[in-house]
Amino acid sequence: MGYERQRDFGTPEVSAPTQVALTVDGRAVTVPAGTSVMRAAAMSGGAIPKLCASDNLAAFGSCRLCLVEVEGMRGTPASCTTPVAEGMVVHTQTPRLQKLRRGVMELYISDHPLDCLTCSANNDCELQDQAAAVGLRDVRYGYEGANHLAQPADASNPYFDFDPAKCIACSRCVRACDEVQGTFALTIAGRGFASMVSAGQAGDDFLSSECVSCGACVQACPTATLREKTVKQIGKPERAVVTTCAYCGVGCTFRAEMRGEQLVRMVPWKDGKANRGHSCVKGRFAWGYAHHQDRITTPMIRDAITDPWREVSWDEALAFTAGKLKAIRDRYGARALGGITSSRCTNEETFLVQKLVRAGFGSNNVDTCARVCHSPTGYGLKTTFGTPAGTQDFDSVMQADVILVIGANPTDAHPVFASRMKRRLRQGAKLIVIDPRRIDLVRSPHVEAAHHLALQPGTNVAVLTAMAHVIVTEGLVDEAFVRERCEVDAFEEWARFVAEERHSPEALEPVTRVPAADLRAAARLYATGGEGRSDVSRRPKVNAAIYYGLGVTEHSQGSSTVMAIANLAMATGNIGRPGVGVNPLRGQNNVQGSCDMGSFPHELSGYRHISDAATRALFEADWGVSLDPEPGLRIPNMLDAAIDGSFRAIYIQGEDILQSDPDTRHVAAGLAAMDCVIVHDLFLNETANYAHVFLPGSTFLEKDGTFTNAERRIQLVRKVMEPANGFADWQVTQALANALGLGWTYTHPSEIMDEIARLTPSFAGVSHARLDAEGSLQWPVDAAHPDGSPVMHVDHFVRGKGRFVVTDYVPTDEKTGPRFPLLLTTGRILSQYNVGAQTRRTANSVWHVEDVLEIHPADAENRGLKTGDWVRLASRKGETTLRAEVTDRVAPGVVYTTFHHPETQANVVTTEFSDWATNCPEYKVTAVQVTPSNGPSDWQEDYAALSARARRVVPAEAAE
Amino acid sequence: MSDTPERLRYMADQIARNFAAQGEDRAIAATAEHIRLYWDPRMKARIMAEDRTHLSPVVAAALERLERGLA
Repeated sequence: MGYERQRDFGTPEVSAPTQVALTVDGRAVTVPAGTSVMRAAAMSGGAIPKLCASDNLAAFGSCRLCLVEVEGMRGTPASCTTPVAEGMVVHTQTPRLQKLRRGVMELYISDHPLDCLTCSANNDCELQDQAAAVGLRDVRYGYEGANHLAQPADASNPYFDFDPAKCIACSRCVRACDEVQGTFALTIAGRGFASMVSAGQAGDDFLSSECVSCGACVQACPTATLREKTVKQIGKPERAVVTTCAYCGVGCTFRAEMRGEQLVRMVPWKDGKANRGHSCVKGRFAWGYAHHQDRITTPMIRDAITDPWREVSWDEALAFTAGKLKAIRDRYGARALGGITSSRCTNEETFLVQKLVRAGFGSNNVDTCARVCHSPTGYGLKTTFGTPAGTQDFDSVMQADVILVIGANPTDAHPVFASRMKRRLRQGAKLIVIDPRRIDLVRSPHVEAAHHLALQPGTNVAVLTAMAHVIVTEGLVDEAFVRERCEVDAFEEWARFVAEERHSPEALEPVTRVPAADLRAAARLYATGGEGRSDVSRRPKVNAAIYYGLGVTEHSQGSSTVMAIANLAMATGNIGRPGVGVNPLRGQNNVQGSCDMGSFPHELSGYRHISDAATRALFEADWGVSLDPEPGLRIPNMLDAAIDGSFRAIYIQGEDILQSDPDTRHVAAGLAAMDCVIVHDLFLNETANYAHVFLPGSTFLEKDGTFTNAERRIQLVRKVMEPANGFADWQVTQALANALGLGWTYTHPSEIMDEIARLTPSFAGVSHARLDAEGSLQWPVDAAHPDGSPVMHVDHFVRGKGRFVVTDYVPTDEKTGPRFPLLLTTGRILSQYNVGAQTRRTANSVWHVEDVLEIHPADAENRGLKTGDWVRLASRKGETTLRAEVTDRVAPGVVYTTFHHPETQANVVTTEFSDWATNCPEYKVTAVQVTPSNGPSDWQEDYAALSARARRVVPAEAAE
Repeated sequence: MSDTPERLRYMADQIARNFAAQGEDRAIAATAEHIRLYWDPRMKARIMAEDRTHLSPVVAAALERLERGLA
């Protein structure tokens, strides 16, 4: 593909049952009723001149350039705001229109700098294009009059500049901020000639305004007014390659716009079904880490973690590693070896790592970071519905009437999906938020939750059981759905259980701290879309959808909460059609994929248990090995076994468990006890402080493969530049496998996907060729669903009948008391991603340079704290220091922080408690004390010294 | 929970507590099945070797079931 912008049809696509036929410049065209004349003209191959119109924004009709003549209509209507009509005859170019358009353009250009040759938008500028299209040859007004050319530029945003001298006041940026992003940070200040785009309040610049730097305005700008700094620095791209973002589980697709091997900019791909042409600050702008000076590109080894690193050749590193692994296996057996697959790597790479562990190491000790995020989703949804994945596609939210968000903060953690959700909320859908913290969705411009249930951390099951109590005892169950689609005995047992008086909102209020009346109203709204029983029989049935995140899973009852959510959806008949469902918002880009690929120690790809002899036989025949029929160790179990001496070597691809996993001291002790820790990553991450082998990794820009997002959508990742380290990650894993004598011969990731498809029924119809042709596929893609599955469980559940599971509230054993009277809960922020390894190495840090502790004014007052003070955050596991931010976003008794920075290392204080079913850590509930502090904790000082020692490197020459 | 046996006892008990609402017989069967499906052999061996009198009755019964190959 050469470089050209994606086609713009001028106004949004309309779907309507009736079709309308018309002619445009003599061309017959049939379009859905409600389509604009402008879009109909574009669909029939034309291009009416336009400046203020764009097909991702509602028609605005301000630029007066898109005028047309319609036979039988008076005047020259704007084609963007004129809907088509049957038999309409449209002329887009007449002497009258030509004269009008030239006149309009003359006015625009009379107040526009004529520096096209040195402008960053040169040859990529809609104003320039339209001047050409209307045949502008002269500006009769001259350039001397009052103008805006001396306006100062605003370069405060690290990624784009705002140059008002080039602004034509078309409002596209303002409308993109409102309609696409939903932040409402921009406005047109002033009137008439004084009209100016303005970010935030008077006196704000872009950086100090509410702007979230999603870049929708930059993408919308038809001139160089809002422009990526990289385009200014590098120039216009020469080609564009569609690829998939490597940040969160939304899985946005982008055009990587390139010049040579240099990435110029990322522009969201309009045809991408996950993001529909939108992006966030991370995906669009935060890719500079790929070239950061900290990137390690040479393999390194050492005998002991107290030694400095020695740079070596790939051959030497692989021989050293294979030698160590073989020696450990010979002495301690295969079960002493294991690996961790990465949710930041491709499906193909993940599949190879688990294959290496199972077929090469000979154990099932493979796990993935989903252990610490969405493993309860896997357990809970498999138990109730029969498949461990979300039920809907993202488009589904546009048909939801009631949206229940529990334990998720989409505007920070899944921003592009949050923008779609906010769009639906602005259209009138009702919102229920269940979260201990007042997240932005609770109240933000043009969005307000009907109910915010600010529960006590750790009481999710109690709140959901109380909601179920209301639904059952007030007669709000969708009995027809339950009878037809679910196991009736299990339903009846569940209904009896939740109906007990001890599960009423009133009885549970002392535990949950949610006012019973609010909880009842929220339950009625979810079940009926209205206020209760009188709304039950409403037709058409109201669609209610549940979206949840790690605030559900990362608890000692994470799996129970997922099942309680599934119970609610089944009881109210909200499964199996667009607009409803149970939707886990996945943390990392390929969490879904890494789980699908058999990364868990108890199951092979496609969620088939390792004890199933028939499935094992399939893999054994394909791989030519025999597999251990017993489940392997999960990450926390690996660390325990390491301390006990029975687990001694680990291959970790693209994970930083020292920073991301709970109870840092325990993780450190486990890693330190191992004989061989192999870290395969971009950077010397925190885990690498305990590693003996460092294998340099590659970024998503440097390899081919696929990611699977939170809607089960499989999308291609395409290589746009050579790996800085010389190899894509799948090649490194293959080299390690071959150093162990496995004789793998993959020449391209598509061959790995073919193997996955061959061995995994739900991927049977997936291949790179098909993904290339169709853009994306949502699994299952099999004989019954040849084109994939946007919505699951349509006619029946994957397991047959839906299964209600009684979920009793079992309080966590992490209790507050006199020593640790507050509850800490942790989360994420928009600009940083996970442990921050990537985003901290970009300009995103201007928005978040350190983790801060949110504390309620009452708790701060008691401790004499004010915003900006250093505080000591201590639990029974450990302590750290960070700055306080006093805010009523958190309730009294609750404090909150993020885990993006290794200097804070919030996980020093989190505990070893975990989900009963999956060992997913209880990150969201830690009893803590907060006190004033005047310096770093002992752990912080010791760890900083250890890091400095562990990161010493002896270059290859000096090692001779 | 400083050592592995203590941690395993806690994990088994936590599983049993979450199945308790289903009634004792089903909780025993479900706990046994859960351990069979999700625990690595060394974890199973370790908990089997524990003094059963220190375990909750449901866990002890579940382990007995596992031993008899019923899970």
